[in-house]
Amino acid sequence: MPSRAKSKQADTKLFAQYRPLPGVPDELVDAHGAMRPAWDRLIKHMSALTPAEVATAFARGERHLADSGVFFRKYGDKTGAARDWPFSPIPVILPDTEWPTIEEGLIQRAELMEQVVADLYGANRLVADGHLPASLIAPNPEWLRPMVDVTPQSGHFLHFLAFEIGRGPDGRWWVLSDRTDAPSGAGFALENRVAASRVFPDLYRDANVHRLAGFFRSFRDALEKLRIEPSSRLGILTPGPLTDTYYEQAYIARYLGLTLLEGGDLTVQDGRLQVRTVRGLAPVDVLWRRMDGIWADPLELREDSQLGTPGLMSMVRQGRVTMVNALGVGVLETQALMAFLPKICRVLTGKPLLMPNVATWWCGQNAELAHVRANARRMMIGPALATRLPFESGAVHAIGGEMRGGADDADLHSWLTDNAGDLVGKELVTLSTTPVYENGILVPRPMTLRVFLARTVNGWQVMPGGFARVGSSQDTTAISMRNGGSVADVWIVSDKPVEPITMLTAPSAPFVRAQPGPLPSRAADNLFWLGRYVERTEGLVRLVRAYNSRLVEAASEPLLDVMRQRLKTYQVDAKEAFPKGVCDTLASAVYSANQIRDRFSVDGWAALKDMEKSMNRIALQAEPGSDAALVMSVMLRKIAGFSGLVHENMYRAAGWQFLTIGRSMERAAMMTDLLAAVADPKAPDGGLDLAIEVGDSIMIHRQRYAVVTSRENVVDLLALDPSNPRSIRFHLGILGKWVEVLYGTRPVGQTRNFERKVRALQDAFEAHTVYTLDTAALMKAHWQILDLSTVLNDTFIL
Amino acid sequence: MIYDIKLRIAYDYANAAVGGRHVICLRPLDLARVQRVISVRLSVDPAPEEWQERLDFFENHVAEFSFGGPHDHVAVGLDARIERMPQMPSQAVSVAMKDLAPLLARLRDLGPQSPLHFTCASTRVPMDADMTAFAAALVKPGMTVAAVVRAVGKALHRHMKFDGKATTVDTPAAEAFIKRRGVCQDFSHIMIACLRGVGIPSGYVSGFLRTLPPPGKPRLEGADAMHAWVRAWAGPDLGWMEFDPTNDMESGTDHVAVAFGRDYSDVVPIKGTMRMSGRQKHHQAVDMIPLIPPPEESV
Repeated sequence: MPSRAKSKQADTKLFAQYRPLPGVPDELVDAHGAMRPAWDRLIKHMSALTPAEVATAFARGERHLADSGVFFRKYGDKTGAARDWPFSPIPVILPDTEWPTIEEGLIQRAELMEQVVADLYGANRLVADGHLPASLIAPNPEWLRPMVDVTPQSGHFLHFLAFEIGRGPDGRWWVLSDRTDAPSGAGFALENRVAASRVFPDLYRDANVHRLAGFFRSFRDALEKLRIEPSSRLGILTPGPLTDTYYEQAYIARYLGLTLLEGGDLTVQDGRLQVRTVRGLAPVDVLWRRMDGIWADPLELREDSQLGTPGLMSMVRQGRVTMVNALGVGVLETQALMAFLPKICRVLTGKPLLMPNVATWWCGQNAELAHVRANARRMMIGPALATRLPFESGAVHAIGGEMRGGADDADLHSWLTDNAGDLVGKELVTLSTTPVYENGILVPRPMTLRVFLARTVNGWQVMPGGFARVGSSQDTTAISMRNGGSVADVWIVSDKPVEPITMLTAPSAPFVRAQPGPLPSRAADNLFWLGRYVERTEGLVRLVRAYNSRLVEAASEPLLDVMRQRLKTYQVDAKEAFPKGVCDTLASAVYSANQIRDRFSVDGWAALKDMEKSMNRIALQAEPGSDAALVMSVMLRKIAGFSGLVHENMYRAAGWQFLTIGRSMERAAMMTDLLAAVADPKAPDGGLDLAIEVGDSIMIHRQRYAVVTSRENVVDLLALDPSNPRSIRFHLGILGKWVEVLYGTRPVGQTRNFERKVRALQDAFEAHTVYTLDTAALMKAHWQILDLSTVLNDTFIL
Repeated sequence: MIYDIKLRIAYDYANAAVGGRHVICLRPLDLARVQRVISVRLSVDPAPEEWQERLDFFENHVAEFSFGGPHDHVAVGLDARIERMPQMPSQAVSVAMKDLAPLLARLRDLGPQSPLHFTCASTRVPMDADMTAFAAALVKPGMTVAAVVRAVGKALHRHMKFDGKATTVDTPAAEAFIKRRGVCQDFSHIMIACLRGVGIPSGYVSGFLRTLPPPGKPRLEGADAMHAWVRAWAGPDLGWMEFDPTNDMESGTDHVAVAFGRDYSDVVPIKGTMRMSGRQKHHQAVDMIPLIPPPEESV
């Protein structure tokens, strides 16, 4: 192969070492062994790097992904067995001369899908005319009967789609699966892009890669246009943090400026769909739905759904909300549908499918059953009505004639006979390969693309690249993907410079400062508890540190006991060097933060996770005594780092107010409790010094009162001094300040219970002297402060 | 036969609930030549903020309503006057069992009365090998679908014992079948699973049963609450037939249908969601009284 020999030069050494698989089309190498021109820049760029430089470049991408948190496992996922898709830094590169073919094929498919689903919920001609068996629709759990005869308010069922495609042996692209209901991955595509551009910053700038931002801007504009009333909001409907792709949803919500909403954030009132916010109800009439349709409304769809919103279906029926996509479109993902689409396409459009889908046979017909039976070795056979491939759902299936999925010893032929109508056979397709970097060389791996489409004012628009899945072995059958692999960016490159577009492009209209929308009540609740838990963690760490350092100094047993008692009320066992109770408290903070990822800065989240990681690591090693005291100091610095980030960077809107209220309430509550215990006349010696230390006020105390601690000066400093940021009165002042702001946004005429109670506490502390603020008064204040939590909840959250 | 039907369902909450939203499915059906709604009135207390009536997919009458503010009880009432017509002996014939499957495979109808909705597992009626075997043992060569329906209903009535304490509204049919005890809901779900198991499309009927029997007849089981029975499709000529396995009889002038569905989930008389804490108490009372005494049987 002369062309191959010629390219064996130093500047393409990675290419020279690359060995595509015989007989398998490859994205880097053409059929004659030559490098495809689109890859030229990347190969030259990489060939010029030493392995150490490559490692550094890849690490930049990894760093970005770790920082952004998009690829973190879901919180509380202890199994760790769930499939993880790490990032492969080598993009898949396609020339933009090839892309229009893909676009054309997929846009045709999107329009066909719209016609099919409109028919299935409307006239039902496809079934009546025999183009689609009724027995694939009537028992189909994704065919949602409440949607029958409903016309979507927007006029369309489909607005955002994804198709999984792969390149077959003849070089043509095939549709492998249709993601219509609530396709995920668009946020991953964005993240892939940022990560890949960090790996190859110079190359990316000059490589004429078509940008993704234009697609997202068009989609965002399209969502705006779907609004029914101009003042309403746009939201993403999420199943919540327990779903695998929650971080992706939070990320894309931030990127597009949409409110991330759970079913419980929404309520149907006054004939409209509304968001519960801290300012009362706010209408929402466009939802980008990332929750599978069947869960959306427990009254009319799955009755056991805890995720949905009662009455949502009613709002859809009355045209009060536009769903992107409409409920019920999951029926298009039915595996057996692919067997009928080629013909349906000809019937409905008069044209063949421009991009074929995987050859599929529904076994409910005699000829098709016979074909599947005869060719089982070249097929995957699984449930006809499933919306996922059988190895993803765990269903009984057969691959290449072998039974799988828990029925490995069953007889294929009698299984086919007994369940014919429920089964579908799909040809086992093979995929093209794309290079991945392993041990200093490029090696071929099978690849599929996930292509996203959005309906815009100018019709369907296709995201130019962004997301590929790359297999983990040389097995090029499409089903090898079930063994996991990695994700990679996809670059659609031009041989001419492309226009850079970002979401941040300046609008031509005069600048108006956008006001943040009202805060959903659930988010407010989580921010409040985040504030409380972080503060509680800090308070506990200070107490544990003080305890351990006194352990070393052999402090009096009664004093140690006072400390043990304080810790015990927070389920902290002082005998543990690094008590589990402290870790649990921080875990609660992380949990709360996790519920509101979309409102959290990337740095804030990273700092919180870092804190949790360090704590869990240190917790295993610490020894009681001075060692524990030392590690507690480390932890305090980490907490201070997080608090500082939040304080410096968080936008001063309602979210900040709830976080601050939580923090001040917790600090005041802990301090009243501590003072009540150690400033009591009967308290053990050393208690006052302990309070000064835990109250982080040693310096100021020394400056003001020399070295002698007395009950009077300690109580004054930690309870009554309005200028000490550790004093109770200081924090009551903060509560008082925010109370006014919060009520300012509420409808007038509401009872102002929360305000009344805060004011009462403020007044009491203003009137108190060091003599009247005795143990009983402190305990009373303690319970009143804790009670504020309930009142706040009743007023702003419920 | 004309009946006055009176139903009261009440929930009392220990603590006030907010944001309540409910769907009720209580209004009896108008069925040509079978039953006629003369008058009907639905009432809700406290007065709901929103109220919307519609037909569901299976053409049952449902109403959705909501309360904005806090409320410590919900009471729903139905007062209806219904004429139930006696059925003349039918000339229509059932298809033979052996012809049913090919007939169904040729159907292209997805309308509300299409038997295709009723052939496979549904929310509360999963397919069950034991129940399928129970029904299959009763199918003899040459039997018609109608004959199988009656045989299965009769056999179940013998197999099962009516017991209001053995099950709750959420007990799976399979469990009631093993216990051989249950109420009309259990009897109906089990019969549906049996019939679907042998390929007969079959669904759930919710409705009312005459409270007090005509003189000299025994009181029917299930008359003190809303009742349920089964319908099955016996081919295009005979269409849907109804059988009450709890009372071992085909439905007749003592039965008034409220709704048709695949199982109880499709026809729940009252379902709802609200935000509340604490316990709730539930109360239901039903009366179905003939308005006009039945005419003397004449030759």
